[in-house]
Amino acid sequence: MEFFKYTRTFNFMGKSKFALVVSIFLVLSSYILLATKGLNYGVDFAGGTIVQVKYDTAAPIDAMREKLKTNEIFANASITEFGSEDEVVIRMKTTTGNVTVDIGDLTREALNGTGNYEIRRVDIVGPTVGAELKEKGIMSLVLAVIGILIYVAFRFEWRFAVASIIALVHDVSIALGAITLVGLDVNLDVLAALLTILGYSLNDTIIVFDRIREGITNSKNSDLTDTVNESVTRTLARTTLTSLTTFFVVFTLFMFGGEIIHPFAFTLLVGVVIGTYSSVFVASPILIWFGFDVKNYHVKLANKAKREAEKQRMRDQYESGVM
Amino acid sequence: MKLNYRIVIFALAITFGVFFSAPSLFQMDDGKKVTLGLDLQGGLHMLLGVKTEEATKSRIKSITASIKHFAERKDILLDGLKFDDTTVSFSLLDEDDAGHIKEFLSKVEGSHIVTSGASYSLSLTDEEVLKTEQEAISQAIETIRNRLDQFGLAEPIVARQGAEKILVQLAGIKTQEEEQRARELISRAAKLELMAVDEDRAARVYTMSQADAREYGDVILEDAKNPQIKHLVREIPILDGGMLTDANMGFNQNNKPQINFTLNAEGAEIFGDFTGRNVGKRLAVVLDGKVYSDPVINERIGGGSGQISGSYTVMEAKDLAIALRSGALLAPIYLMEKRSVGPSLGADSIKASMVALIGGFVLVIIFMIVYYRMAGVIANMALIANLFIILAVMSLFGATLTLPGMAGIVLTVGMAVDANVIISERIRELVYQGKSMHKAIEEGYSNAMRAILDANITTLIAAVVLYVYGTGAIKGFAITISIGILASMLTAILGTHGIYSMLENKIQKSKNNRFWFGIKG
Repeated sequence: MEFFKYTRTFNFMGKSKFALVVSIFLVLSSYILLATKGLNYGVDFAGGTIVQVKYDTAAPIDAMREKLKTNEIFANASITEFGSEDEVVIRMKTTTGNVTVDIGDLTREALNGTGNYEIRRVDIVGPTVGAELKEKGIMSLVLAVIGILIYVAFRFEWRFAVASIIALVHDVSIALGAITLVGLDVNLDVLAALLTILGYSLNDTIIVFDRIREGITNSKNSDLTDTVNESVTRTLARTTLTSLTTFFVVFTLFMFGGEIIHPFAFTLLVGVVIGTYSSVFVASPILIWFGFDVKNYHVKLANKAKREAEKQRMRDQYESGVM
Repeated sequence: MKLNYRIVIFALAITFGVFFSAPSLFQMDDGKKVTLGLDLQGGLHMLLGVKTEEATKSRIKSITASIKHFAERKDILLDGLKFDDTTVSFSLLDEDDAGHIKEFLSKVEGSHIVTSGASYSLSLTDEEVLKTEQEAISQAIETIRNRLDQFGLAEPIVARQGAEKILVQLAGIKTQEEEQRARELISRAAKLELMAVDEDRAARVYTMSQADAREYGDVILEDAKNPQIKHLVREIPILDGGMLTDANMGFNQNNKPQINFTLNAEGAEIFGDFTGRNVGKRLAVVLDGKVYSDPVINERIGGGSGQISGSYTVMEAKDLAIALRSGALLAPIYLMEKRSVGPSLGADSIKASMVALIGGFVLVIIFMIVYYRMAGVIANMALIANLFIILAVMSLFGATLTLPGMAGIVLTVGMAVDANVIISERIRELVYQGKSMHKAIEEGYSNAMRAILDANITTLIAAVVLYVYGTGAIKGFAITISIGILASMLTAILGTHGIYSMLENKIQKSKNNRFWFGIKG
């Protein structure tokens, strides 16, 4: 089976103006969402308590609310369904420091008389730990970006590196926008998904860039746009296929992986789609706009080859004892 | 068909994968198995802080007790011996005793002594305070570990995290009650103090405030059985649990559980001296600030053993004995983070992630075969080998498989075939250009190699950062995805290359590109 034939080169870069509009729209909307609605930090970063309760029958949410009103430690507690109507999650901003009797135990006691239930999960993250995790989380994103930037700059040319980083920022921004839009709790798992998007999206970009580099080196044509179009076309099958297989697994994870893995899978799902789009329509056009000079590159390559040849000649002469 | 080094390495890798993943897959008794994370098997994860300033306070208190005992033995009369959070102070009634007392004080480690005339005050140097605080943390770790070792759970983890946090991980906790019992055992101060009842003023205890009591050098403590009952005892204890050598559960004459304890030689001597001098008075047995009993001293008690009676269940008495035996916590601990997952939720998570893994796996396998035919089958072989290797490596290193770790494996299934997609596309291209099969395969691999390496290394960079900065279950994701990427270099690149090299002539002869690569011609 073949999705794409190599006989025709698609004019992707001709569509890049349109893509630019779409990208700017998406990124700006994401920032507006982030600024107005804001990220919804979960307990991992904001500190607080999560209690997951499973009932024999549908959870009596109203009765639970009434019960929780009795103690002010549960003030601002929010109760939401979790996967099925039997199961709920109680989120609270408060935490307790007592090891023997913690806020989870208090919740269990408070719910007495609301039916048959089982406390399945208690997460308590104190403010110090929350702040620490947040700091570490931001550090990890920054470090990953820097690490990747250095690697790409080292393997390619700086313009490639900057283009891929812009694509990364683009992807992560839109993913964050999507997370904000659906009001996902941002916890450690979402951070892990964001880091995976970094790796994944770059993965795609690099495959395309590698082909562009190869195209530039091998072809006599010094028009960058043609080379980029041809390279993108040639890698299109691969880009689509890998995105498809990855999309398959992430989608099954999203559908069947369970409620706990949901935010993680959702973030990845958005990332896979955006990452694929950006490697074709964001990273590659930026490379062109940066004015990567193919002629100059060819001259450089030729010079390098000449120097190598000269070195080799000298070495040969030396070995044959002329010098 | 010919053998080549690649296919040999691939075969070895598969053997390795199957062999070392078997114990985990079939839950065999021997062999190293992968550990399930607390989020999958259920368990308790806690990060505890230590109130280190309390350690300094209690150090000061015990120095005070030792000065008091020394003075009593040497018949030195002290006036106004008292202590606060940082300082012990007193004055000598007879200046002739200055030599003795100075010699004794100089033996107190890390102390800073100020004398003016006959009055003395002793505090701890800054270094000593720091040392005491550090000791309180390491001692807490040691103590909690001792207690949990005797609790009966398999392999409890107690470790220092960062400078002053304690990580406690308990796997295999079955019920809420068991969890609570474990938490009680961990956090119990288990501070035993034997204190003298202030007989002169005991009758007035209910009309006194804590501040009044302090005026007399006393302290008001609650009764353990009934908090309404108050006891007035001397603030400076006779001795504390630091001199305890053993504690066990026993039964009293009414067949009720009680704790029998034994003191070390020094403790026994102090205890003997005190009881000898105070016949007819009462002695309060105080545990964690509560009075458990206050028997009247009938005679001098030598031998240094005693009982703590109270109304406990056998289980409570056993846990208390464990806590006393493992030593008191020098400073109280508090909860900074807790993650507790019930076994039923863990089981549900395993089920859900297995469904996702199998579902994703089947989809990818079918897709690859439909799209690439034989090349897809070969890629799938590499993928299956990859899964075995991930599990084998994790088992071998005793790594922990968490829920995000499972997600990492699922993701690897989708991403590991990437290398084969890139390679197959390159080969197809070269076949279209009319290259010989040998050339198409060799060039296809060498052209694809660079891109695959670059792409994998960048994903690996993100994974490593996640491993270093991630905590808890998230580390599991970084582990599985890293192993998956590294293994895919072996299986998807080297392994499939070996298979193609072996089949090269056959493919060339068959001329059936549709069968081999899913393309025309």
